[in-house]
Amino acid sequence: MTALVEIENVSLRYRAQAGVESTLAVEGLDLSVAKGEFVAVVGPSGCGKSTLMKLATGLQFPTRGSVTVAGQKVNGPVSMAGMAFQNPVMLPWRLTRDNVLLPLEVVAKHRRSFRRDKAAHHQHADELLASVGLEGAGDKYPWQLSGGMQQRASLCRALIHKPDLLMLDEPFGALDAFTREELWCVIRDLHAEQGVTVVLVTHDLREAVFLADKIFVMSARPGRIIETRLVDIPKPRELDVTYTPEFADIVQELRGYIAEARQ
Amino acid sequence: MTEHIDEELAPRSGINWIRLAPWICTIGLFVIWEIAVKLFDVPYYILPAPTRIWGAIVEFGPALWRNSIQTLWTTMAGFLIAIIFGLALGLFIGWDRRIYAGLYPLMIGFNSIPKVAVVPILVLWFGAGWVPAVLTAFLISFFPIVVNVATGLATIEPEMEDVLRALGAKKFDIMTKVGIPRSLPYFFGSLKVAITLAFIGSVLSETIAANSGLGHMMLTAQANFEVPLVFACLIALAVEGIGMYAVMAWLEQRMTGWAHRSGFSQ
Ligand SMILES: Nc1ncnc2c1ncn2[C@@H]1O[C@H](COP(=O)(O)OP(=O)(O)OP(=O)(O)O)[C@@H](O)[C@H]1O
Ligand SMILES: [Mg+2]
Repeated sequence: MTALVEIENVSLRYRAQAGVESTLAVEGLDLSVAKGEFVAVVGPSGCGKSTLMKLATGLQFPTRGSVTVAGQKVNGPVSMAGMAFQNPVMLPWRLTRDNVLLPLEVVAKHRRSFRRDKAAHHQHADELLASVGLEGAGDKYPWQLSGGMQQRASLCRALIHKPDLLMLDEPFGALDAFTREELWCVIRDLHAEQGVTVVLVTHDLREAVFLADKIFVMSARPGRIIETRLVDIPKPRELDVTYTPEFADIVQELRGYIAEARQ
Repeated sequence: MTEHIDEELAPRSGINWIRLAPWICTIGLFVIWEIAVKLFDVPYYILPAPTRIWGAIVEFGPALWRNSIQTLWTTMAGFLIAIIFGLALGLFIGWDRRIYAGLYPLMIGFNSIPKVAVVPILVLWFGAGWVPAVLTAFLISFFPIVVNVATGLATIEPEMEDVLRALGAKKFDIMTKVGIPRSLPYFFGSLKVAITLAFIGSVLSETIAANSGLGHMMLTAQANFEVPLVFACLIALAVEGIGMYAVMAWLEQRMTGWAHRSGFSQ
């Protein structure tokens, strides 16, 4: 398998700003994500997980080391990654469907044909919304949807342009347990169907174990990878698997690493 | 907001108190005013009673009307320039954090200059008349527009920016797709503030150097001890102010209703 994202010995120091001294967010960060792989990143709060996401998408440049995406050294935003965050950040003046379609208006590959194929795109957006359980929500405004529904819509927005790389930064953090587990299954199915490469940052160790092929554990700030854990539970996984001893063992093991990292 | 309250109150009492309240308060004010003047026997050259002011309005009707129109149009001209200039400058300042940081203190400094001090300079440059009035209205009212537009642009959620930049969006895309629509509620909100300021500006200039307009009329009336006419001018001004404010509020509601319904920027 070829690596889609390759981070080699990367350090990043945020520059000092308005009285806040400079912060070394990550140091000696090394990791690689294979094409089509589903990886999760866990670690103590403030250890540089979101920073890692920004490095991998070219939104931040390393102070030292190199980041390579799809065989090319990153020297600007990678212009193909779909992103979703804990906060769904929808544009309130656009219908949910038009929010989902926003990437097509921006990505260079699609923007020229966007107007021409509008009807086809509309249908595609509605299908995608339906696939995450949002039939008919396309004609509503985002603020007419519940938090969980908005989060689903923001996943659709991240996926509409069929990105090679999907970056999820605690996307389910603000949701209740049931909705969260439901969305785990949505993501699981999307990954299985589309073969997209997924990097998921999460605080929820069960979420990481349920979804990922590989889990990176980060140290406290400055963050680096202290442990790489392969999850060998066969796929596709059903929610039942989260109650098996084998699943609990992995969660327990990860918990140990993080407890250690926090000291 | 008010619509909800309407729905709740209207069926119970049969009378729409929310709608009536402003009228009741306004009429109440004039009634109390009238009674107080009569009761304490206040001389008309100190504080004329509303009936007396009404007499002046009827007596000087045509002149009052002419000067009101004059003030209205100088104000609107200045306000229009302020909108165009304020939008352009606001977009420019909000475009980049560095420009924002560099120009903001300058703007604050400019806004702190009392505009009374500027009018004589304008008169010096352009002569007495409507030009300084238009320019003063403009100078005094563009500031809130600039600040609001720039703030709307400068406060784009960083997540939204990340989402778009990770898709290869350029600054221009981010501004047209997110920044500008997002700053519209701020812009339309600022118009309500700006229009009242514009009236202050034009009347200020008219009282210093003009030969028409409500400000000029007030000054002349004052010099002739026509106190009821001074008050008539004030009332004409208040009516114009309320009218234009209502137009701006309606426009805001019309153009950016989504911001109210979605609880945006609250
Ligand atoms: N734009 C920035 N400027 C300066 N410092 C920053 C910036 N972004 C993050 N940091 C600092 O870098 C460190 C790592 O931040 P980061 O957001 O990557 O942590 P995180 O692992 O995502 O935390 P959490 O789990 O709480 O989301 C923190 O100490 C933070 O204060
Ligand atoms: Mg984070």
